[in-house]
Amino acid sequence: MATTEEIRADLADIVNEVAGVDADDVQLDKSFVDDLDVDSLSMVEVVVAAEEKFGVTIPDDEVKNLKTVGDAVAFIERSQG
Amino acid sequence: MSSTRVVVTGLGATSPVGGDVPTTWQAMLAGTSGIGYLDDEWAESLPVRIGGRVAVEPSEVLDRVKARRLDRSSQFAMVAAEQAWADAGLEDSGLEPERLGVALASGIGGVTTLLANYDTLLAKGARRVSPLAVPMLMPNAPAANVSLKYGARAAVHAPTSACASGNEAIAMALDLIRLGRADVVIAGGTEAAIHPLPMAAFANMMALSKTASGEEGGDPTMVSRPWDTARDGFVLGEGGAVLIIESEEHARARGAKIYAEVRGAGISNDAHDIAQPDPEGRGGTRAIKMALREGDVDPATVVHVNAHATSTPKGDIAEGLMLHAVLGEHVDRCVVTSTKSMTGHLLGGAGALEAVATVMALHDRVSPPTINLDDKDPEVDLDIPTSRRELPEGDIVALNNSFGFGGANVAVAFGSVT
Repeated sequence: MATTEEIRADLADIVNEVAGVDADDVQLDKSFVDDLDVDSLSMVEVVVAAEEKFGVTIPDDEVKNLKTVGDAVAFIERSQG
Repeated sequence: MSSTRVVVTGLGATSPVGGDVPTTWQAMLAGTSGIGYLDDEWAESLPVRIGGRVAVEPSEVLDRVKARRLDRSSQFAMVAAEQAWADAGLEDSGLEPERLGVALASGIGGVTTLLANYDTLLAKGARRVSPLAVPMLMPNAPAANVSLKYGARAAVHAPTSACASGNEAIAMALDLIRLGRADVVIAGGTEAAIHPLPMAAFANMMALSKTASGEEGGDPTMVSRPWDTARDGFVLGEGGAVLIIESEEHARARGAKIYAEVRGAGISNDAHDIAQPDPEGRGGTRAIKMALREGDVDPATVVHVNAHATSTPKGDIAEGLMLHAVLGEHVDRCVVTSTKSMTGHLLGGAGALEAVATVMALHDRVSPPTINLDDKDPEVDLDIPTSRRELPEGDIVALNNSFGFGGANVAVAFGSVT
C-alpha cells in the first residue's frame, strides 16, 4: 500500500510533466486551479495519467470535487482501498 | 490593384540544413544536404528510409511544457515565428493587435499527433486519448498558436493547398495588407510528416524516391536531384519558415530593416488530376504571369527563380515549360535553382522556406546552387547553377513557385530593395 506521501510525490511528478509546475510546489493544501494554475484540459490529462499510474478510475463527475492536491490524494487512497 | 507597397521585414526558419535563417542560408549557399537515413525504428519496415529531419530539434529551443501541447508542425512554426518576430524588431513596437494578422499553412496538419492518439486509442482505450488531440492536430493549429503568442487579432488564416500551402499563405498575407485588413502579417508554412503512414502512402503512389533506400545502401544526400536524368521522386523533409510581411509605409515609419518587396502573387488551379501536374504546366504558367502582372514586373528583370522542382520526372519538366512560356527569351538570363535538392520537400513548409531563400537571394544578390545535378535532363532548358552564382545589380525580381496536389499553383514575385 502506497503511503499518502508516496501518492503525493507521484502525483506531483505527473503535474510537473503535464503543467510544468515545480513538483515541490504540489503539496496537499494546494488548489490545482488557484495555486498551481492547472487549467481544465491539463486537469483531464493529470486525471488520466493518475488513473494509469495508480490503477484507479476517476469518474468525470468526481473530477470537479478534486479541488486540491489533498482531495486527489485522498480519492486515490480510497479507491486503492 | 491597390498601390500599397508590401515588404518583408523579418525572417525565421528551422530546416533540415539549419536551426535558423543564417545557418540555413549559409548551408544552402554551400550546397549542403540535410538528407540522411532516418534512425527511427519504424523506418526499417518502409520502402523509403531517408528524409530531411530538422537540423535542430524544437525541444532544444522551446519550453518543455508549452511544446508538449503543440504538434511537431506547430513547434516548427513557433520556432520560426519567434525568430522572424525578433528579426523584424516587432517586440515592443507598439503594433496594435487589431492590425496584426497571421497566415500560416501546413499541408497535412498534425498528422503525427492524430496517429499517435489513434495508436493510444487502440492500445489503451478511449479514456487515454489526449484531451488536447484536436486543438493539436487541426490544420490551423500552427497559425492559431502563433496568433495566441503575439496576440494577433486582425486575422488567422491557414490555407491548405498541399505543397503550395506555404506560398499561398504568403500570397494571402499580401492580400490582407493590400486590402487594408492588417499592417503586419506573420506568414509562412510548416510541416512535420516524417511518420510511417504518410511516408508509406507517398512511397506507394511512387512520389518518393526509392534510391538509396535498398539493402545495398547508397548516399542519401544524392537522392534529391531535381532536373537530373536519374531523378525518381522527392525526398520528404520537415521544418517551418516564417516571413514578416508588412506594408512599406508601416515598415518605414518604424524604421524597420527591409529585406525585399513582395511585388505580386498569382494563384491558379490545374483542374487536371488530383496528383499529377498538367504536363504542359498551363496552370503554373498562368499563376506566374499573374504574379508578374500584379507586380507590374518586366520579365526582363526576373533574374532568379526558386523553383518548385521536387525531383519528380514530370513536374520538373513542366516547370521549365512554364518559365519559357512566361519569360520568353529572357529565360536565358534567369538563374534557376531548386533548394529542395538540399532540404528535401517540406510539403506545406516548402513554399515558405523557399520564400525565405528567395528573399535572401535578392538581399545578398546570390543564388544557391542545385546539388546533385550531374546529368541535366535534355528536356530542361534552364540555367541551373551547380555552385552559388552572383545575381546582377540594379532592380531585380525573383520568383518563388509552388505547386500542390489537387492542382494548386502559387507564384510570388519578390523585388530587390535598394
